[in-house]
Amino acid sequence: MTNILKTEGLSRYFGAVVAAEDINVTITDGEIVGVIGSNGAGKTTFINMVTGYLPPSSGVINFDGQPIGSLGPRKLMRRGLARSFQIPQLFLELSVLDNLAIALSAAEGRQLNMIRPVRTPERISAADEILEQMNITQYRDEMVTAMPQGARKLLDIAIAMLGEPKMLLLDEPTSGVSTDEKYNLMDTVMEMVRRRGLTVLFVEHDMEIVRRYVTRVLAFASGVVIKDGAVDEVLADDQVQELVTGKRHQPQTEQGDA
Amino acid sequence: MLTIWAILIDGLIYASWLFLVAAGLTVIYGVMRILNMAHGSLYALGAYASASSIGWYYASGGDQLWIAFALLAGCAIVIGAIAGFIMERGILRLMYGRDEVLMLIVTFALLLILEDLMKLVWGTTPYFAYQPYAALGRFNFGVLSVSGYQIMVVGVSVVVGAILWFWLERTRTGKILRSIIHDREVSEAMGVNVRRMFTMTFVIGAGLGAIAGGFTAPIISVVPGIGVEVIVVAFAVVVTGGLGSITGAAIGALIVGLARAASIHTMPQLELFIIYAVMAAVLIFRPNGLFGQATARKI
Amino acid sequence: MMRLQKTEMLLVVAALALGLSSLISPDWLVFTSTLAIAAALVVMGVVMLMRAGLVSFGQGLFYCIGGYAVGLGGRFLGVTDALALVGMGIVATVALAMVLGLLLTRYREIFFAMLTLAFSMILYGVLVKSHGLGSTDGFGVVNWSILGYQPDPGHESATGLWLAIVLALAAALFLNRYFQSSIGLACEAIRENEVRVEYMGISRRQVLYINYVIAAALGSIGGSLTALTAGHVDPTMAYWTISGEFVFIALLGGTGHVAAPFIAAFIFILVRTYAVELFPNSWQLILGVVLLLIILFLPKGIWSLFTQKRRAEA
Repeated sequence: MTNILKTEGLSRYFGAVVAAEDINVTITDGEIVGVIGSNGAGKTTFINMVTGYLPPSSGVINFDGQPIGSLGPRKLMRRGLARSFQIPQLFLELSVLDNLAIALSAAEGRQLNMIRPVRTPERISAADEILEQMNITQYRDEMVTAMPQGARKLLDIAIAMLGEPKMLLLDEPTSGVSTDEKYNLMDTVMEMVRRRGLTVLFVEHDMEIVRRYVTRVLAFASGVVIKDGAVDEVLADDQVQELVTGKRHQPQTEQGDA
Repeated sequence: MLTIWAILIDGLIYASWLFLVAAGLTVIYGVMRILNMAHGSLYALGAYASASSIGWYYASGGDQLWIAFALLAGCAIVIGAIAGFIMERGILRLMYGRDEVLMLIVTFALLLILEDLMKLVWGTTPYFAYQPYAALGRFNFGVLSVSGYQIMVVGVSVVVGAILWFWLERTRTGKILRSIIHDREVSEAMGVNVRRMFTMTFVIGAGLGAIAGGFTAPIISVVPGIGVEVIVVAFAVVVTGGLGSITGAAIGALIVGLARAASIHTMPQLELFIIYAVMAAVLIFRPNGLFGQATARKI
Repeated sequence: MMRLQKTEMLLVVAALALGLSSLISPDWLVFTSTLAIAAALVVMGVVMLMRAGLVSFGQGLFYCIGGYAVGLGGRFLGVTDALALVGMGIVATVALAMVLGLLLTRYREIFFAMLTLAFSMILYGVLVKSHGLGSTDGFGVVNWSILGYQPDPGHESATGLWLAIVLALAAALFLNRYFQSSIGLACEAIRENEVRVEYMGISRRQVLYINYVIAAALGSIGGSLTALTAGHVDPTMAYWTISGEFVFIALLGGTGHVAAPFIAAFIFILVRTYAVELFPNSWQLILGVVLLLIILFLPKGIWSLFTQKRRAEA
């Protein structure tokens, strides 16, 4: 069991504001981890530091054995660390097919070319396959602006998965998606994750989603990790219930005086 | 040693003029996020208005200096404000919310239109309005001599700067404007009538540009094209100081003014090059200018 | 090599047709067509930058360098071969663009636009104050030949047109491929979402840098052709109004197709020739008004009229 991500003393300050403090997390290959916490608790700061969007104020981040604290998103992608976004980051005025074609071309890692076309038959069929897996083939030649939010999130996540990443961070994959579509989306995503054997970390507010798809939970509050462990254990914890989930999300077994 | 004094004095004089020109440009950008390329045309408009009114006044036998000055400032402000009002209400309003560069191209179109309108109204022969300049004489500091008019312009720019500072820092409207500069969306959410503020800001910025032109008219020959050369230098000042900051415009004006004076006394061909080299040097250390604020990226 | 695409075959046909028409066209039309093609080449550079989301108000810088390279090469270095002169312009331009590109690729939107404007005006200022180069008057271009072939008097304009057509066709074919290549699409991606481009592992600076240098080279070729055709160069080639005209033509044509700049440039040059004679003091006014109308009603340029029509028929 190899450690794929290890943070030690990871902290981030904005002036006097403590966005994250002394985060010590170890994630092993193949885990599916949920990250929960109320708004401003430090989850997104943590993800932003790990994915190179925000430099840490102090602390160490090791990915696959190598320190990555100072690397930007571009180099991290090359090392196998990918992420999706809370607000899908797509090329709005390009077609869905083109979005995938560029992503596929970039994921191949070859030098940029001035003559050879991006839309090769191989890439087009690879893109078509992805669209089918996600069930959004109808948007193939449309601009992204024509897609509803759920489809956009899927595309955003699919693009992140290209290029055989070793670890995938998803930032609120189901936010903005209607309740009935949430499970469809997560089923599709987790199927693709399983097929590739990826390690996944995802931020989520919906505790039902968390309960259904993860085995381990990191709970954040006020910039620190207050609980790190198995799903049921974390969700039953008093402090977690007080600061994050509220008492509605008790596990199936009865608690004493709640 | 003498050259250094000459550079300092020239630099200060030029800086004060630069501040007058750049102040309006930076205020408009700060509040509205529009870089008004037509600012140079408003400057030219002010110059033409002043030159014509002073010319008419003296030609019809007037000889009261204070009236000449009143006309100079008054006509410039009025024409600038009216032009600004028409531009904002008529054209810019239709484009709000669109891309920043698209707005820039719109102001470029306005620049083209205004340049020709001025040619149609005032023709292409130069206008002169030297009387106020001549009337204020020269002052001698040892071997160097400085015109009284230029000294007055320094005074005017200090006064304008002080008024602007007071207005932005101490009045209620100023506070509202500063809140818009800081975050437009939040101000709107708090009930600020951003549209009305926009019109007011643009009119004031336009007026400032025109006043700069008005006070410059007695020193130059007013011809087509003076507006465009001004915008190139004004932009350097505003960027060096930080877009949207009045203090920045003042400091930027000082830096650019001194740089230009130094160049004129040593290597005149590289005047514009030196100005931009200084700007580039500042940007290397402070990518948003000296007092500019970086816009936060939101993902 | 790859097969020619449909667009490319049409381009070759159009180029041949234009070239052959010079046999029956009056001289002024041949002259005007050559100038239009030269302008279109510069506009293609503007379009390349627009596809990356950048607007350059200073392509006149490279246009002017290309022109002065022709002028100086002929006058001071005794070079009379047109291709050599164009080549000299490209070398000088690329050298400068490679330096400026290092700074400019850090900037976007307003900064980029105004910095490009400033650089071209700096060149203008330097040239105007250079008495050795004729200051505001500029100077004339020597008689030129191509690879030893000296055009007979009376046939110079036809030779010039063919030279322009060959260079423009090469550029158009190249750009047609470029726009479909990984760099071309990366430029569009950068325009749409830079964050995502970073997270895909693509270097934005590298892409924009290459794009900028190539656009500069095209501007230079356009300037060289203009100098060879008009027989004269002067500092106004670097003045903001000229750069503004290139932006206008780019918006007029739109960025949707490689042929659009050519069509727009033809229309523009023809209209300008008449307008400047009839309304010398209102030409810019007309330009400004039309520019506003385009932005308000036809933001994707004239070309969008054709693509909209086709979609309506389908």
